[in-house]
Amino acid sequence: MLKKFDKKDEESGGGSNPFQHLEKSAVLQEARVFNETPINPRKCAHILTKILYLINQGEHLGTTEATEAFFAMTKLFQSNDPTLRRMCYLTIKEMSCIAEDVIIVTSSLTKDMTGKEDNYRGPAVRALCQITDSTMLQAIERYMKQAIVDKVPSVSSSALVSSLHLLKCSFDVVKRWVNEAQEAASSDNIMVQYHALGLLYHVRKNDRLAVNKMISKFTRHGLKSPFAYCMMIRVASKQLEEEDGSRDSPLFDFIESCLRNKHEMVVYEAASAIVNLPGCSAKELAPAVSVLQLFCSSPKAALRYAAVRTLNKVAMKHPSAVTACNLDLENLVTDSNRSIATLAITTLLKTGSESSIDRLMKQISSFMSEISDEFKVVVVQAISALCQKYPRKHAVLMNFLFTMLREEVRAGIWGLSGLLIPAASLLPPLGAPVRSTVCSGYRCVMDDDNEVRDRATFYLNVLEQKQKALNAGYILNGLTVSIPGLERALQQYTLEPSEKPFDLKSVPLATTPIAEQRTESTPITAAKQPEKVAATRQEIFQEQLAAVPEFHALGPLFKSSPEPVALTESETEYVIRCTKHTFTDHMVFQFDCTNTLNDQTLENVTVQMEPTEAYEVLCYVPARSLPYNQPGTCYTLVALPKEDPTAVACTFSCMMKFTVKDCDPTTGETDDEGYEDEYVLEDLEVTVADHIQKVMKLNFEAAWDEVGDEFEKEETFTLSTIKTLEEAVGNIVKFLGMHPCERSDKVPDNKNTHTLLLAGVFRGGHDILVRSRLLLLDTVTMQVTARSSEELPVDIILASVG
Amino acid sequence: MFISLQEPSLYTVKAILILDNDGDRLFAKYYDDTYPSVKEQKAFEKNIFNKTHRTDSEIALLEGLTVVYKSSIDLYFYVIGSSYENELMLMAVLNCLFDSLSQMLRKNVEKRALLENMEGLFLAVDEIVDGGVILESDPQQVVHRVLQSAKEQIKWSLLR
Repeated sequence: MLKKFDKKDEESGGGSNPFQHLEKSAVLQEARVFNETPINPRKCAHILTKILYLINQGEHLGTTEATEAFFAMTKLFQSNDPTLRRMCYLTIKEMSCIAEDVIIVTSSLTKDMTGKEDNYRGPAVRALCQITDSTMLQAIERYMKQAIVDKVPSVSSSALVSSLHLLKCSFDVVKRWVNEAQEAASSDNIMVQYHALGLLYHVRKNDRLAVNKMISKFTRHGLKSPFAYCMMIRVASKQLEEEDGSRDSPLFDFIESCLRNKHEMVVYEAASAIVNLPGCSAKELAPAVSVLQLFCSSPKAALRYAAVRTLNKVAMKHPSAVTACNLDLENLVTDSNRSIATLAITTLLKTGSESSIDRLMKQISSFMSEISDEFKVVVVQAISALCQKYPRKHAVLMNFLFTMLREEVRAGIWGLSGLLIPAASLLPPLGAPVRSTVCSGYRCVMDDDNEVRDRATFYLNVLEQKQKALNAGYILNGLTVSIPGLERALQQYTLEPSEKPFDLKSVPLATTPIAEQRTESTPITAAKQPEKVAATRQEIFQEQLAAVPEFHALGPLFKSSPEPVALTESETEYVIRCTKHTFTDHMVFQFDCTNTLNDQTLENVTVQMEPTEAYEVLCYVPARSLPYNQPGTCYTLVALPKEDPTAVACTFSCMMKFTVKDCDPTTGETDDEGYEDEYVLEDLEVTVADHIQKVMKLNFEAAWDEVGDEFEKEETFTLSTIKTLEEAVGNIVKFLGMHPCERSDKVPDNKNTHTLLLAGVFRGGHDILVRSRLLLLDTVTMQVTARSSEELPVDIILASVG
Repeated sequence: MFISLQEPSLYTVKAILILDNDGDRLFAKYYDDTYPSVKEQKAFEKNIFNKTHRTDSEIALLEGLTVVYKSSIDLYFYVIGSSYENELMLMAVLNCLFDSLSQMLRKNVEKRALLENMEGLFLAVDEIVDGGVILESDPQQVVHRVLQSAKEQIKWSLLR
């Protein structure tokens, strides 16, 4: 008659969960009740429970309040209620590190430990040992020795386990109790035996002879405890390993005999030990393997898991030893526990034939999304090993890895590197036929334009492995290579047989990856302007620019750069500053010029610009006249790149061209004739930030979900010159010109990971959101995920970060 | 994951956790400093809850640790050990904990009953694992020690 648990009940009243709204100071206040007499055991036990619950939840207790509560609790020893007493022991243990002067309870505990109440003695010993130091321990030494050989198993176990804990700080004292421990080891109680043997081993482990003696003594007589058997198997294995023992050793015989133990736990421990012994032959492994084979069909998932995990290990070195289990492993391929299924498949990939590979790959693809990151690594490692073994299967295997990377690996940047690095060991120096197989596989995935960067990145990483050390930074470098150039170079490489590894440096650099041209038919929305001041400034600019006839057809102004950029030093003859105005398909560069020479007047001033990218200069709107100290403005109109819309970053070399007319400084009269002159200015940078308007999103998550992942892309980069997260965050915010959201521009102290959330609107009115995960190890690694309602802004962001 | 032999040790359990339906901590005992701060502990709990509460799989490898688990109505029980640990040993601890509680809660292994018997839970865990060492594996023994004797048990339940 289970009452149906109603979540509403819990949330509405405090009744169903007595611990729901506990408040620390209130509870500690309640502890004052402990001082009252007579003691109400139920009430006091409940208060102790609440205190323990709070501590368990992670509530921090200060030293003073903990000590006060502790002292109040000591009053409760006056009560003989067993449950209350037990709760006191627990409280002593929980508070031993946070309260002061806890040794005050030593005498009470010692009394309990040697008293008549058997139920108190075990727990009292354990509590006492937790608060004891070396000096005090000597005082209770004889009680401990008595407790170890006590007939009551819980007392003996408590003493033995406590002695084990005390080895850390009081080894010399505990060492003196080995005789008692030896006696306890013959106990019929399975836990006592286990604890005694464990303690004996820990005391003697540096004395190899003593350990050997111990093993032979107890294994000769047989052990009662399966736990003790497991312990002895481990001890024996360790001895074998250290002695470099031959397989004729009685130690090995002991372990091998445990394969026939009646407890599964022991059998498994033995099989596992044999499998892990270095230098085992297939023959020696055989009995262990057959036991594991049986376990594969156990109804207990833990046993199937343990078995298949161990078989997987065997298959790494001795695949032939595992072949006998293939049928059982096949059955596990459809196990509902995905970890078991994965391990079965990866084992089969090692032990099965070439013909089974296709089928197994298909099977594993079907549930890749359900398995944990740890197992994804297992899969990649298995596949990497296979590529070496079955060169004819390269295409299938590489394709699987590509798919896996593209679709499944969103685990985070460390997961990504962890996968790529083993995958990159795919290509040892093999001959031309292998290279061409791989390259043709690569070429066929090039057809899918949207995936070009992902695939190329992965493949470049694979190739780079042959050149030098693996480094996730190669993903970054790879992006600077021209993709069509890469394909051409690869094609060359495969056609001409060569012993030299593929040279990445032979591929031309470019920053213009292939991307489809987008034709926008959506209405151009006005840029969002969060600040009133900026709006006003922008409106002013809009008006000024609208007054220029050449700019009539440009449409609305998207963004003006927040501050003018100086293109000259401050004390030069001509002072030029530039403001960049971004329109939907054009940019207007406004040059505010001042002539500081009082003997000249400049006329017909323009600033000529030479772009490094596919920007096209359309026209110049000159400043008619620049007399001394009177600022004037000229404009240059530039069209944004059409062929390569992602190439938004550009450097313009700037040259001022004008007619100079000499002028009398006193009269201001100017010559009629002048001469052409030019004046070199500093280069002007146009960056991605010029194409993005900052926008604040109060709820980044909601905006992220709303934009959706249709055009989501992700890349990982190493920022090799940046040493702190703060620096990285500052740089990214400045560089992208987007608005940090949810205070993510603040990096908390002493953190080596951080997530930066940025929002903006891209020219043309498209929301663009960027989530940047940063990790600081010795350099900063960054995973950038960008989402937008259009593909182009995402491509541009990733291209510009690269 | 192919490792040469670990130092034999009685220290087998890294943590015991009981989470509710929302993945929130009802009980947690960490026996070593794998997750030293409360913040890291809670992050770990959240992670394993997310990865396990939808499946019925009993055992998983998460964050490099072996996790054995069991659920009942609105409770999730976890025993955590290193990835080199004998999985069956960890299962023995899990089963002992679960069976002990099952007896103490008269088969109502669910959140409300557990919260009403937190003393019993604290005491039971204290009897099963001490400082990371398996203290007792027999649920009968555990229940006996927690409830002292039949007489005490009746007295206790009358007082509720």
